Amino acid sequence: MLKISDLKVTIDGKAILNGLSLDVGPGEVHAIMGPNGSGKSTLANVIAGRDGYEVTSGSVSFMGNDLLSMAPEDRAREGVFLAFQYPVEIPGVANIALLKEGLNAARRHRGEPELDALDFLKLVREKLKLVEMKEEFLSRSVNEGFSGGEKKRNEIFQMAVLEPSLAVLDETDSGLDIDALKTVAGGVNALRSEDRSIILVTHYQRLLDYIVPDKVHVLAQGKIVRSGDKRLALDLEERGYGWIDTAADAATA
Amino acid sequence: MSAMESHAAPYVEAQQAQARELPGAGVAALDRSRSEALEILGERGLPSQRDEDWKYTSIKPITRSRFSPAVSGVDCSEDFIAGSAIENLDAWQLVFADGFHLPHRSKTNGLPEGVQVAGLAEALTRDPGPIVDRLGSAVGKMPHGFAAMNSAFVGDGALVEVAPGVQLEKPIELLFVSGCSGEGFLSLPRNLVILGEGSQCSIIERHISFGAERSLSNSLTEIILDKNATLNYCCAQDQAERTFHVGGLFARLAHSAKLKATTVTVGKAWVRNDARVDLDAEGAHANLDGAYLAFGRCHVDNHTHISHNAPECTSRECYKGVLGDRGHAVFHGRIVVQPNAQKTDSEQSNQNLLLSADAQIDTKPQLEIYADDVKCAHGATVGQMDEAALFYLVSRGVDRETARRMLTQAFAAEILETVTPPALQSYLASHVSGRLSPAVPPGAAA
Repeated sequence: MLKISDLKVTIDGKAILNGLSLDVGPGEVHAIMGPNGSGKSTLANVIAGRDGYEVTSGSVSFMGNDLLSMAPEDRAREGVFLAFQYPVEIPGVANIALLKEGLNAARRHRGEPELDALDFLKLVREKLKLVEMKEEFLSRSVNEGFSGGEKKRNEIFQMAVLEPSLAVLDETDSGLDIDALKTVAGGVNALRSEDRSIILVTHYQRLLDYIVPDKVHVLAQGKIVRSGDKRLALDLEERGYGWIDTAADAATA
Repeated sequence: MSAMESHAAPYVEAQQAQARELPGAGVAALDRSRSEALEILGERGLPSQRDEDWKYTSIKPITRSRFSPAVSGVDCSEDFIAGSAIENLDAWQLVFADGFHLPHRSKTNGLPEGVQVAGLAEALTRDPGPIVDRLGSAVGKMPHGFAAMNSAFVGDGALVEVAPGVQLEKPIELLFVSGCSGEGFLSLPRNLVILGEGSQCSIIERHISFGAERSLSNSLTEIILDKNATLNYCCAQDQAERTFHVGGLFARLAHSAKLKATTVTVGKAWVRNDARVDLDAEGAHANLDGAYLAFGRCHVDNHTHISHNAPECTSRECYKGVLGDRGHAVFHGRIVVQPNAQKTDSEQSNQNLLLSADAQIDTKPQLEIYADDVKCAHGATVGQMDEAALFYLVSRGVDRETARRMLTQAFAAEILETVTPPALQSYLASHVSGRLSPAVPPGAAA
């Protein structure tokens, strides 16, 4: 599904990712953990195609295609989805208008007919249930005046509608109380399938109690310093990130 | 003799030549007010950039060649009017060609008793008395030469008078078509809107161009709202490139009267608007809003002046502009709180979205407060496309062009969404959308 090889990325000349490699197979859920500043969000943004990141070497292949050469909108249409850490508020653009435009752009891209208003409404109503959102959210402006929890739920709702092959969830757990976390995790779990891969970027182990990953990677100083199964996350919870930095220093030296 | 005066001279002469044929000529009070206005036009001339209120707006494009006042008898085809109708709008309608009322093109059947919707010239000829008293009363001190010109020629236009307590269930549309007389004509419509105590109505004042003929439209609307009257007013300006439009909106509000006036400029014309609202008695409330687009080499200037003349009045003002290419817009908003206007509550904002490096906005919000117990806020912003919002849309699969259009429309939507009736709102939204992407229909860019 996704194959990242020796990826090096700089922001304004400063190295953030220093040779990161990652292989995510179809249907797998990978958690990327790491301390602040380790490059987690950079990885998420580079996959989605955000401006401002310079890839100095390495490659990212998505379903056999060179992801880095694709425009962000084409990545989305090919099935890449980023759930933002800080979803922006867009006054005046209705949630439903964005989703309709996005979904139909992907359908046109695949050579499928656009959904008409009725079928589209039927689809989104069904997906709303997944994240326990009320229908009034559809006509509201994107994220405008949403609480932190509502914004994160909205991200998962969009993911449910767009049905990506690869979803990158950037700190989707941050700022959520336990009930909201359960709702969001429930939505994500419902979207797990054998042809959809998910990358969970998170600082805390807590999310992984609810979305159990197949693999856990620890990111430090721009590269993956340790990989394991879900027990690695529990280790981190217990021992903190201090030992990881030491390990990363040793690896760099 | 200054250059200003010489620009006004041909219009002074033209007025003198036709003064005796103007509707209601011979009525002493009317003759007097026309000649006073003419004197002001002659003395002050047309405005120049040396006038503080015209600092950022040059009238050179207008004075390059003179315009001849259009004469009555001009017509506009039924087909053209039908073709430019607002879809799904159920309204009474008066149609004007170069400022002259076309009774045979207008629809006023079924107006309730106590409501007069007529051509001003016809009313002035029939029974000038009650009109003459009120003409000019909302304008007060003449703000500039164009308003003086309109007042010196005052003749035709729309008269809307709603008797106390009457509530109109349908809007009234006043449709002004300029350029019907051919190349180089001037139209001078004057509208008078009088709402009696507790009455309610919605009025649409729409300006369009007949063709590509060079024309000058110098239009002035006076609004007089009696106690508890409520007026929903929208001025839609959608004229062609070679049309020059000077628009005036002057309103006086009595006790607890409510005015919502929105000016939407979506065309390609050169536009200067002056709006003045006087809140004359306690509890009066005004919403003065605007949305403007300035693309290509368009020039759009909005000058507004809200005067709180009595205690406990409220005003809300929001103007939003989208500028692209080499478009130039001006906003000058004055709020004046008079010494006795305690407990005034006033907010004003002007927000601009610049889509190109060559677009220009000159904005000047201005508060003058002479009372001490007031709540006033004002501000202006000038910004570019929000890159984070743009990326958010694009990351959902929306192509960049569509995303830009969605965000630009969203910016203007804050104003457009307040416009009623819905048919007018759809009309304006589709015209805004059309101006933002003339070549790409929504959804077609894949």
